Amino acid sequence: MKYITEFRNSELAQGLITDIRQKSKRNVRFMEFCGGHTVSIFKYGIRQALPPTIEMVSGPGCPVCVTATSDIDKAVALAGIPGVIITSFGDMLRVPGSRSSLQKARAEGADVRIVYSTMDALKIAQENPDKTIAFIGVGFETTAPTIAVSVLQAQQQGIKNYCVLSLHKLCPPVIKTILDAGEVKLDGLVCPGHVSAVTGSNAWQFVARDYGIPCVVAGFEPTDILQCVDMLVTQVENNQAKVEIAYKRGVTPEGNLEAQKVMRQVFEPCPAKWRGMGVVPGSGLKLRHEFACYDAEVAFEIKTEPAIEPKGCLCGEILRGAKTPADCRLFRKTCTPENPVGPCMVSSEGSCSAYYLYGDISGR
Amino acid sequence: MEDKILLAHGSGGKLAHDLIVKNFVSALDNPLLAQMDDAAVFDVKHRLAFTTDSYVVNPIFFPGGNIGKLAVCGTVNDLATSGARPLYLSLALIIEEGLPLKDLKLVIDSIKTTAEEAGVKIVTGDTKVVNRGSADKLFINTSGIGIIPEGIMISGSNAHPGDKVLLSGTIGDHGIAVLSKREGISFETHLESDCAPLAGMVAEMLQASRNIHSLRDPTRGGLATTLNELAEQSKVGIRIEEAKIPVKDEVLGACEMLGFDPLYVANEGKMIAIVAAEDAEIILKAMQKHRYGKDAAVIGEVIADHPSRVVMKTLLGSSRIVDMLVGDLLPRIC
Repeated sequence: MKYITEFRNSELAQGLITDIRQKSKRNVRFMEFCGGHTVSIFKYGIRQALPPTIEMVSGPGCPVCVTATSDIDKAVALAGIPGVIITSFGDMLRVPGSRSSLQKARAEGADVRIVYSTMDALKIAQENPDKTIAFIGVGFETTAPTIAVSVLQAQQQGIKNYCVLSLHKLCPPVIKTILDAGEVKLDGLVCPGHVSAVTGSNAWQFVARDYGIPCVVAGFEPTDILQCVDMLVTQVENNQAKVEIAYKRGVTPEGNLEAQKVMRQVFEPCPAKWRGMGVVPGSGLKLRHEFACYDAEVAFEIKTEPAIEPKGCLCGEILRGAKTPADCRLFRKTCTPENPVGPCMVSSEGSCSAYYLYGDISGR
Repeated sequence: MEDKILLAHGSGGKLAHDLIVKNFVSALDNPLLAQMDDAAVFDVKHRLAFTTDSYVVNPIFFPGGNIGKLAVCGTVNDLATSGARPLYLSLALIIEEGLPLKDLKLVIDSIKTTAEEAGVKIVTGDTKVVNRGSADKLFINTSGIGIIPEGIMISGSNAHPGDKVLLSGTIGDHGIAVLSKREGISFETHLESDCAPLAGMVAEMLQASRNIHSLRDPTRGGLATTLNELAEQSKVGIRIEEAKIPVKDEVLGACEMLGFDPLYVANEGKMIAIVAAEDAEIILKAMQKHRYGKDAAVIGEVIADHPSRVVMKTLLGSSRIVDMLVGDLLPRIC
């Protein structure tokens, strides 16, 4: 097994497509929660391959995209504090805040570095004892455990010049918010793959149980997603609503217990502001009291001006699944990957970027 | 203590003279360079191709090559895209003070070997040394002159609907190999850069058929960006098939991990050829016979629809736009 090519098998995919076409009778709308799924769906032209009975809508599963403007402003302000080195995953750099971005702050002289893992950030902390290294913690349940581990390692190794600006988000509470709002009627949920690897598929039981919506956890290769859609269609046509896994090589019902443990050890849930959805209770993670010295918001007084949202940008509605990029008047005109207005155009997993880069020739 | 390059090595004085004579002139030995005049003087009685490129790769040594090999291959390949046989190169080095002399020697050795393989001579050069921090270890510029055989008219604007699109091998090897050694990102891979001089292969392709309309080496921005450039320049559409594009498993794996698309990852030893359909097969065979074209494949065709755009038939049979690379390749977040 190479775990990639097998799941890009064209014949297998064609078989699944035929199966889905035969089974699908009712008109349904499925949401793919995760931005990674949105990209795969576009990259492989899955929407075009599905029968007209199936509508796919994109959800809020792009951690960069859902980061509130005010939080980007906070990161930019932090970058401006003398003696601070910002470390971040790459996507965050270009996301525009109210007045600037981390990339612009860097051009103006702030020390902002891209890292691939928090371990690199810790290394930078050790190499620069006279500076404070702030890691911009953006991500879902997938990323949070690795950041929790970096805090534990900093503590064990006595690294005192490291802190985290925790902007982490938890996925199940925001799904609940979307379903409770009732703005988008869903017949099935393509549950996130990497997030579920940590949380376990059990995290989605409430969706099936309380809302009667079929749930299937999917991987990121074309056949993974097609298998997931096939399983969702089967549930719909049989009037079932249960949680299934179409990504068994990565996900179990219980998830990664070790990762859950370190996450709980370092972080506790808190209210968090989501772009387009406002404050969602219990959907954020903040450092627990005993790790307060590693909390950037405790270590520094970060002052920001009131946030200004980009005018005309539909990222909020798009993240809720209520609108598509094609509905946005800025899309492809003032908002392009070179000159993004909203975060969904910046992130490689953002809906707008996926529509822009991988849309079919009609721009759909 | 190990020998390092000092500012004085670039001063034009004795140290500079010794550095040039001992390390460059002897290593890159040829009569034109040995004249030690400020300008190389030679006769050429052909149509000429002339190109220049600067090399700033980081790190300067990477699996499968180094900045010296790259500086020869890159310019040789740019000449080859016009169908030219490369003749002469210039070589200008900007060295950061403190570069270990042994590193410089390794780079010069590579330049020598690669130039020999490509059949080009380094006929003029320049060396500057700058203060620590003013450059990153070593920057190289090479310019090249090549002669174009009679009757060859290859240009990025010559692609016609109906032409076939050929690719000389696997994509993304160079970008991933370099990235795997970059500070702060390093990961384990056996992958090597594909960095190679392609003028020999191009000569054999032209031997097989002169019906080659466009040639381009997909370097920075990868296959996707280069195909877009060709589509735009020729005002034609290009349709490629995902299943036909050769990609190594190691590249696919690393791209998965980093969130990259191999279509956008850099190559340094690959050639895209847009050729008349009737001769596609014999040109492909000529590529496949050459050591740098073993994995060559026909990956698509030129069409009249949607001029200036590239579309790809995906593995599922759907089609999607393949756009140019925008901004830098950045790692994804989850």
